[in-house]
Amino acid sequence: MNQNSKFPKGPIKTITGMSFHLSGNDIDTDRIIPARFLKCISFDALGDHVFADDRKEPNKNHPFDDIKNTNKSILIVDKNFGCGSSREHAPQALMRWGIRGIIGQSFAEIFYGNCLALGIPCVQIPEPEILSLINSIKSNQMQDLSINIQLQKILTNDQSWNIEIGNESREMLLSGEWDATSKLISQTNKINITMENLPYLNKFQNFEC
Amino acid sequence: MSTKTLYDKIWDLHTVSELPGGSTQLFVGLHLIHEVTSPQAFAALEEKGLKVFCPKRTIATVDHIVPTTSQSRPFSDSLAEQMLQTLEENCSKNSINFFNIGSGQQGIVHVIAPETGLTQPGMTIACGDSHTSTHGAFGSIAFGIGTSQVRDVLASQTLSMKKLKVKKLWFDGRLKKGVFAKDLILHVIQKLGVKDGVGFAYEFAGPAIERLTMEERMTVCNMAIEGGARCGYINPDQKTFDYLKEKPYSPKGDEWDKAIQWWKTLASGKDAKYDEETKFDASKISPTITWGITPGQAIEIDALLPKPESLNKSDQQTALDAYKYMNLKPGTSIEGLDIDVCFIGSCTNGRLSDLQSAAEIAKDRHVAQGVKAFVVPGSEKVAKDAEEQGLHHIFLKAGFEWRKPGCSMCLAMNPDKLENNQISASSSNRNFKGRQGSSTGRTLLMSPAMVAAAAVTGSVIDVRKLLH
Ligand code: SF4
Repeated sequence: MNQNSKFPKGPIKTITGMSFHLSGNDIDTDRIIPARFLKCISFDALGDHVFADDRKEPNKNHPFDDIKNTNKSILIVDKNFGCGSSREHAPQALMRWGIRGIIGQSFAEIFYGNCLALGIPCVQIPEPEILSLINSIKSNQMQDLSINIQLQKILTNDQSWNIEIGNESREMLLSGEWDATSKLISQTNKINITMENLPYLNKFQNFEC
Repeated sequence: MSTKTLYDKIWDLHTVSELPGGSTQLFVGLHLIHEVTSPQAFAALEEKGLKVFCPKRTIATVDHIVPTTSQSRPFSDSLAEQMLQTLEENCSKNSINFFNIGSGQQGIVHVIAPETGLTQPGMTIACGDSHTSTHGAFGSIAFGIGTSQVRDVLASQTLSMKKLKVKKLWFDGRLKKGVFAKDLILHVIQKLGVKDGVGFAYEFAGPAIERLTMEERMTVCNMAIEGGARCGYINPDQKTFDYLKEKPYSPKGDEWDKAIQWWKTLASGKDAKYDEETKFDASKISPTITWGITPGQAIEIDALLPKPESLNKSDQQTALDAYKYMNLKPGTSIEGLDIDVCFIGSCTNGRLSDLQSAAEIAKDRHVAQGVKAFVVPGSEKVAKDAEEQGLHHIFLKAGFEWRKPGCSMCLAMNPDKLENNQISASSSNRNFKGRQGSSTGRTLLMSPAMVAAAAVTGSVIDVRKLLH
C-alpha cells in the first residue's frame, strides 16, 4: 500500500505514476469494499481492505496484492467499474490504498461522482485504445504514466492516447473546485429564493429550516 | 434533450444556480440519513467549521447495522453500537429529527419516509444510499449520493449535480397472476442490462404501471439503480394521493387541497419530449429470478440458463465468472435448485403487501427440512400492521423466524449472514459476490412470494404452482 503520498488537494492538472490493470467488467462497489468494512465512523482504515474478498480467492495473485504494484497510483479498469452501491467507502478505500487516478472504458455514475469529489479523476478511453495502453503497460510494467487533464491525454515516454474526461469534470479538476462545498454555501441568497418558490415549503406546508 | 417531463419540471423548480462547467446547484427538499454514510459527513462538516443549514429538512433513521433478533442496547456488536451512538449524538447536536428504535417510526430509510408521508410528489429527495430511487414512485426526483454530497447537503441543503437524460419505459397490458412488480423490474434489467440506465432517469409509465399499487411502484423504482438509472419515477395519480392522505407528515385540511392541486400539475405532459423511449408488454412477463452475480443475469423461471456464447460479447466474461461462482451449468434449469436460506425483507420487498404475498404461500405449509427461513419487516410500522393482521402467526406456524425491522441480510452488516457457499432465495435487490455476508455465499433474487415458495419446498419453484 502506497500510504505515504498525500491525498489530493487544490487544482489537479496531471497525475503521474506507475499503473496496473485490474480486469473485469461490472466490478461493483461491494467487491471494492465488502459491506462488513462499512462498519466504521471514519474512513481511515479502509485502504487495507480494498477488494478484501477477491483477494482471498485461492491461487490468485490479486493485482492489489502483487508486490510489483505496491507503489503504483494509477488503476486501469474495464467497463462499468464501480457499479452498485453508492458507498463512498469504495473510492475512499482505493484512495487510501494509494490510487490517485483511474483509467477505464466506462464508470458507474455515482462512483464517478464520488471519485471526483475526492479529487480522483476517472477518465475514459475506448476499447481499442485501452488495449494498446494495457499492452504497453504489460511490456514495461515499471514505466511512468501521466494523465494530463489539460490536454486530455495519457502520456508515456514515447506514446500518447486520447482520453475523455467531460468538460465539467475537467474544469472542476483544473480549477480545484472539485470540492464543491465552499461554492455551494456561498449562494445563500439564491438558495433562499429557491426555497421561497417551492410550493411544498410555503404554499401548503409551513416552512421551517 | 427532454422537455416538459416530470423530471424537467422538478429539476427547474429546484435549480438554485448554474455552476461553472455545466453542473447545476440543486436544492434538496428532503434529505434522509442513516448510520453508515453520515458519520464521516458530520465529521467533515465539523472540520470545516460549518453548521447544518436546514436541520428540519433532514430526517434520520438507523437500519443497516441493527440486529434483528434482540434490539436491546447496548448492541452486542460494539462497532454497531458505536455507529448508532454517533448518529444519536450527531442528530441531537444538530437538532435533526431521529426515528430511533422503539419510536414506532424506525425502519429502512426507503420504507419509513413514504409510509410517514415525508416522501411527496414534486420533491427532490437525496440520501446517502443508492436505493433512494425508491421514492420516485411518488413522482419525486430521488437519487442516491455519496458521503461528500451528504456533507454538502447538510451544509447547504443543495448539491452540485448534472442533469440526467430521461428515458420512458412504457408498459402495456397487465401483470398475470403470480407475477409481481419484482418480476417486472427484474425483467427490465435482464432485457436492458445493468448499464442501460447510466446517465438517465427512468420514467416508468403505461397502463401496467398505472395498475400497480404504491407499494408495487416502490419496488419498481427501487431497482431502477440496478439498471444503472440513478432515478426512477412514476407520474403521480389518484393512487398516489390516496396513499398519502392522513399520513403523519402529509398536508392536512386546506393544505391538502392545495397540495393536490399542485401535485396534479407535475406529471409529464402529453407534449413531453424524452431522450429515449422503449416499450414492454407486461402480460408477457413471467416470474423472473437471477442466477448470476449481477441483477441483469436473470431468467424466466421456466427458461434454461443461457449459454455464454448466446449472450452479447461484452456479457460473456461476466457470465463465465457467474457460472463459476454460482456453481451452475449453462443449459440447465434453475427450477429445482436446492436452497439453504430464505430471506424476506429489504427496501425492495419488505413492505406489508410483500409480507402478505409471502404469507399467502406460507399459510398451511411448512418450511422444508434443512432450510432456514426468516422474515424481516421493513419498518416498525410494517411489523405492527403485519402483526395486527396475524401474519406473524402464519409465518411462525410455518417455521419461519419473525424478526425485528432493519436491512438485515440484504447486505449483512448485522449478524444475519450467509455461511460459506450457502444459496439464498432473497427478496432483496443485489446478488453481487459476497453481498450477503459470506465471500462465497450465493444469492438468487426473486419476488417475496417466490422466496416463500422456495422456503416451503426447499428448492426454486415457480410460485404459480402453489397458488390456489
Ligand atoms: S435494505 Fe438493502 S438495499 Fe435497502 S437500504 Fe438497506 S441495505 Fe440498502
